[in-house]
Amino acid sequence: MRFIDEYRDSELARGLVEHIHRRSKRSLRLMEFCGGHTVTIFRYGLRQLLPPTLQMLSGPGCPVCVTANADLDKIIALARTPGVILATFGDLLKVPGSTSSLQQARAEGGDVRIVYSTLDALLLARENPDRAVVFAGIGFETTAPTVAASVLQAKKEGIDNYKVISVHKTTPPVLRALVGSGEVRVDGLICPGHVSAIIGSRPYAFLPREYGIGCAVAGFEPVDILQAVAMLVDQLEAGEPRVDIAYRRGVRPEGNTIALGMIEEVFAPGPADWRGIGVIPDSGLRLRDERFDAERAFAIEPGPTREPAGCICGDILRAVKTPLDCRLFRRVCTPEYPVGPCMVSSEGTCATYYHYGQDGPEAEEPCGQPARGAADE
Amino acid sequence: MCLAIPAKITAIEGTEATVDIGGVTRSTSLVLTPEAKVGDYVLMHTGYAISVVDEDEAKETMRIIEEMMALDEAR
Ligand code: SF4
Repeated sequence: MRFIDEYRDSELARGLVEHIHRRSKRSLRLMEFCGGHTVTIFRYGLRQLLPPTLQMLSGPGCPVCVTANADLDKIIALARTPGVILATFGDLLKVPGSTSSLQQARAEGGDVRIVYSTLDALLLARENPDRAVVFAGIGFETTAPTVAASVLQAKKEGIDNYKVISVHKTTPPVLRALVGSGEVRVDGLICPGHVSAIIGSRPYAFLPREYGIGCAVAGFEPVDILQAVAMLVDQLEAGEPRVDIAYRRGVRPEGNTIALGMIEEVFAPGPADWRGIGVIPDSGLRLRDERFDAERAFAIEPGPTREPAGCICGDILRAVKTPLDCRLFRRVCTPEYPVGPCMVSSEGTCATYYHYGQDGPEAEEPCGQPARGAADE
Repeated sequence: MCLAIPAKITAIEGTEATVDIGGVTRSTSLVLTPEAKVGDYVLMHTGYAISVVDEDEAKETMRIIEEMMALDEAR
């Protein structure tokens, strides 16, 4: 397929791996922010292709994983509210809140509908004018404009029974919180590709400027990630950290200005609660128009929050621990019976470790060649 | 959750496009990428095109990678 197969090409991958091996001298810690990147890295066994000088860390870029229990509880409580149809993307269904999940709420009579797009949620609202259709707005800047577009459409058509509970989060503030805490040392960051398709590469400029951290925006195919790693090694070996784009076919420095305009029109920045990290000012998106705000339309009282005992998801999201440090990993906590959100979400770090193994022994071959073969000189 | 896949636009009607994803036909909203034309590839995320794929940049990326490799070989 165009714009996919080229970026799985083993010749290109091999060339990039060799480049990285030749250039990498210093020991560097590189973090991939995005859970989608973690999946590609593990699926194709990319960690094993890299020289021992490079240590890879997995970051908090999984919207489902970083959603705090207090927010999950609100969404689950909405699903149990009479007269409400709760529309959600499928990946939220099994995520355990303090005492329940959307799946459980549905089994107990809550009207939970899985939608593929906010367009489907709007359709539900049109078809059920006597019910409130609440869309569970979880996601980063990639998803936020699609929710903004649906709100603007609802406004235009006068669909007053369409509501959103906005738990959206924005990435630059959490990056600042992570590196600013000094808890983990990061030399280079692989920046999220599809978040950057919306926000562009400029919002990362503070990382090299204030913290000396190199940045490369990457796509999600193996060649994209290897190119980003090569760029980071080149920048950092030269002592010139900056923001590069290894995904120029999809990301412009200024981002998608139309999408950004819609986010700005529909949402105002507000505090957001991140699992494992805490409340970060201006890292959330609040609905400006209260008519569409489910939190203001319904008095939701979900009760006290509880964290799953023994789950260290929060530490994993801050990259201070890995799933292998969790006593429940594989033994008690599996994708079938997940204890925490990092195991539920397909791009959660625990799920990725579970599926591909920490050393990626079951890794898929990049295009017909053994994953390890590309590293052979 | 931030998944987006390249899809080729085969027809446009208003703000709705019909796209082809490796032989599968879907529809996608173009409200976030009104500049997209028939024949363009777009990155599609939850039913919306969020970015038009820039073919020239894609070629440029390949050229940069090949240049990196050529430089290595020359050493
Ligand atoms: S393996 Fe399960 S219990 Fe352990 S940190 Fe991950 S999600 Fe939590």
